[in-house]
Amino acid sequence: MEQQTPGTATAAPAGTGYDNQIVKMFFTATVVWALVGMLVGVIIALQLAWWPANLGLPWTTFGRLRPVHTNAVIFAFAGNVVFMGIYHSMQRLLKTRMWSDVLSRVHFWGWQAIIVAAAITLPLGLTQSKEYAELIWPIDVAIAVVWVIFAINFFATLAIRNVKHMYVAIWFYMSFVITIAVLHIVNSLVVPAGLLRSYPIYSGLTDALVQWWYGHNAVGFFLTTPFLGMMYYYLPRAADRPIFSYRLSIIHFWALVFLYIWAGPHHLLYSALPDWAQTLGMVFSVMLLAPSWGGMLNGLLTLRGAWDKVRTDPVLKFMVVAVSFYGMSTFEGPMMSIRAVNGLAHYTNWVIGHVHSGALGWVGMISFGILYWIVPHVFGRPLANQKSPTTHFWLATIGIVLYTVAMWAAGLMEGLQWRALNDAGQLANPSFLDITNRLDPFLWLRLVGGSMYLLGAVMMAVNFWKTIRGPGPQVGPEPVPVGAD
Amino acid sequence: MEQENHPGSEKAYGQMHRRLFEGRAAFFAVMTTVAISIGALVELVPMFTASYGPERAEWVTPYTPLEVAGRDLYIREGCYLCHSQMVRPMRAEILRYGEWTRAAEYMYDRPFLLGSRRLGPDVQRVGGKYPDAWHYEHMRDPRSTSPGSVMPSYPWLIDARIDPSDVARSIRALARVGTPYDATDEASVSASLENQARGIVENLAATGITTEWDTEIVALIAYLQRLGVDGRRHLQGEGGE
Repeated sequence: MEQQTPGTATAAPAGTGYDNQIVKMFFTATVVWALVGMLVGVIIALQLAWWPANLGLPWTTFGRLRPVHTNAVIFAFAGNVVFMGIYHSMQRLLKTRMWSDVLSRVHFWGWQAIIVAAAITLPLGLTQSKEYAELIWPIDVAIAVVWVIFAINFFATLAIRNVKHMYVAIWFYMSFVITIAVLHIVNSLVVPAGLLRSYPIYSGLTDALVQWWYGHNAVGFFLTTPFLGMMYYYLPRAADRPIFSYRLSIIHFWALVFLYIWAGPHHLLYSALPDWAQTLGMVFSVMLLAPSWGGMLNGLLTLRGAWDKVRTDPVLKFMVVAVSFYGMSTFEGPMMSIRAVNGLAHYTNWVIGHVHSGALGWVGMISFGILYWIVPHVFGRPLANQKSPTTHFWLATIGIVLYTVAMWAAGLMEGLQWRALNDAGQLANPSFLDITNRLDPFLWLRLVGGSMYLLGAVMMAVNFWKTIRGPGPQVGPEPVPVGAD
Repeated sequence: MEQENHPGSEKAYGQMHRRLFEGRAAFFAVMTTVAISIGALVELVPMFTASYGPERAEWVTPYTPLEVAGRDLYIREGCYLCHSQMVRPMRAEILRYGEWTRAAEYMYDRPFLLGSRRLGPDVQRVGGKYPDAWHYEHMRDPRSTSPGSVMPSYPWLIDARIDPSDVARSIRALARVGTPYDATDEASVSASLENQARGIVENLAATGITTEWDTEIVALIAYLQRLGVDGRRHLQGEGGE
């Protein structure tokens, strides 16, 4: 049953212990960057509702801060939480310490240096303009180097594992390590014009297709597969139940990694991209519903017989809502990829709402659940405030609902008003600006929702700070016995 | 429930996967790579080949050095995050923005700037729609030309200067990836920059705006005034809308 009950190791091999320090390092980075990324998100949400918040400075305009927000939440917050989860769960699943502590630390500090470099260059307007691949080429080179270092450590650890069969979480981590490397390298091929500027080797719609092949699979393999891997480890641990179906995990894993990579062109529907490519993107996006829901169902059904725990355990509350939002946004995504629906949704706030139901609902909520679970297990202390996680949960959940409902309504409204024709066959709303100005109430509502989400994250950070730094029952310097957590 | 109580029911299936894949990390990694490569190759490779790639057309001209400088400013300020450059083939879009965008019109776009969000209107055919002075005022204070606009002001573009040697470096890089430029040396690029910029400076002067030829605002205006112009000229000649 090793396939269905992760991490029930009783003892690590003699003479080795798990490296908990690297887990703590990525944990700290996760919490810090989560606050930074979400704060910038709230700031740019304010700018959209109230333009003077651009402050009249080059470094603080929406056009320069928006990439700071997206890069911070994707690569700094989500990236660090994934690395934390991988370094924590992989050692336990494979019953071995990471192959190289040195490479683990080079990975950690290299990644943080890249984030800092991004936070400096993006406000300065140094960008390649490709969404989620904005960083200038020297930083891209650094990302590739750090990624290879991580991959070497990852695969070498697999090579020295003490468990013959790799648990499903490891499969998902592996797809993450491999695919992100491929995506990053192919999308970053440029000819430099000095240190700070470059031009891609692709042009026009080829460049657009490469970028959205990258962009959509960054969602797929940076924000989905590693998080599914973590779901497969931490949800059964938190619920103390085995995974619902081993067979389903096999099917949905292979279907997901095969189908995801095709979906990119749905970002270019109705463009001048060749029709066959648009249609492939649409069809594969719709098919993607099946493996996505396979993962959702495997997660939710793992809770069979344990639903009573959801009522009392905030960790499970976060995870259940996360997996539900995963299901919801992976239903909405395929629907929005249908050409006719996309014709309405594209370029509107609806897309922003969709992204955030995935980012806040799935990535954020499962991360919070894992963080609340991992602190007592890795730091060996009960949370300083046992009630605050439940408050955080409700703030975040209501915040997401306000956010997504506001964006959905705004998106539908602007999409319909952009296209509306009057009886004479002319534009019913000839002024684009008038339509934009009608969005105001929704933009303020979104700001409220996003701020609630940020507030919840601040509560979490304070709770962790008090737990780790403050006075309190400390079980010991390394309280979790090696291999026995 | 059944699986839990009777793990044997999925035994054969799982045994095969376990034996073939889960015990072999290297093989698993290779198969994962194969799984993600198929879709990527099927979609990307045809785009790289000339016949299926974005159409190429003689009526599309490369961006001039001044327009390249302006385009890099458009990228620096993140304009593409609020303004798309893609008129979709839908009646309302054509009425609002003009002729829908053809693939060939992007052939010199490195990087592409189709955008993913319209917080402001599409600008793919904005070239020639407003006078140079309108763009100048609009960048200085968007609400002076468009009351109620939510766009930030960009007053720093009016004072900051472009660096001809920097632009020449860009032109050489673009030439290296295949953009046809006759001359890429700094003197030629510099002369081209000034020549085109002088025209815009004169247009601005006619409305009482004084500016130096090498200011960033002039380069940005050059770029914006050129957007969609090749296509519109060609498509109107064809009897397009």
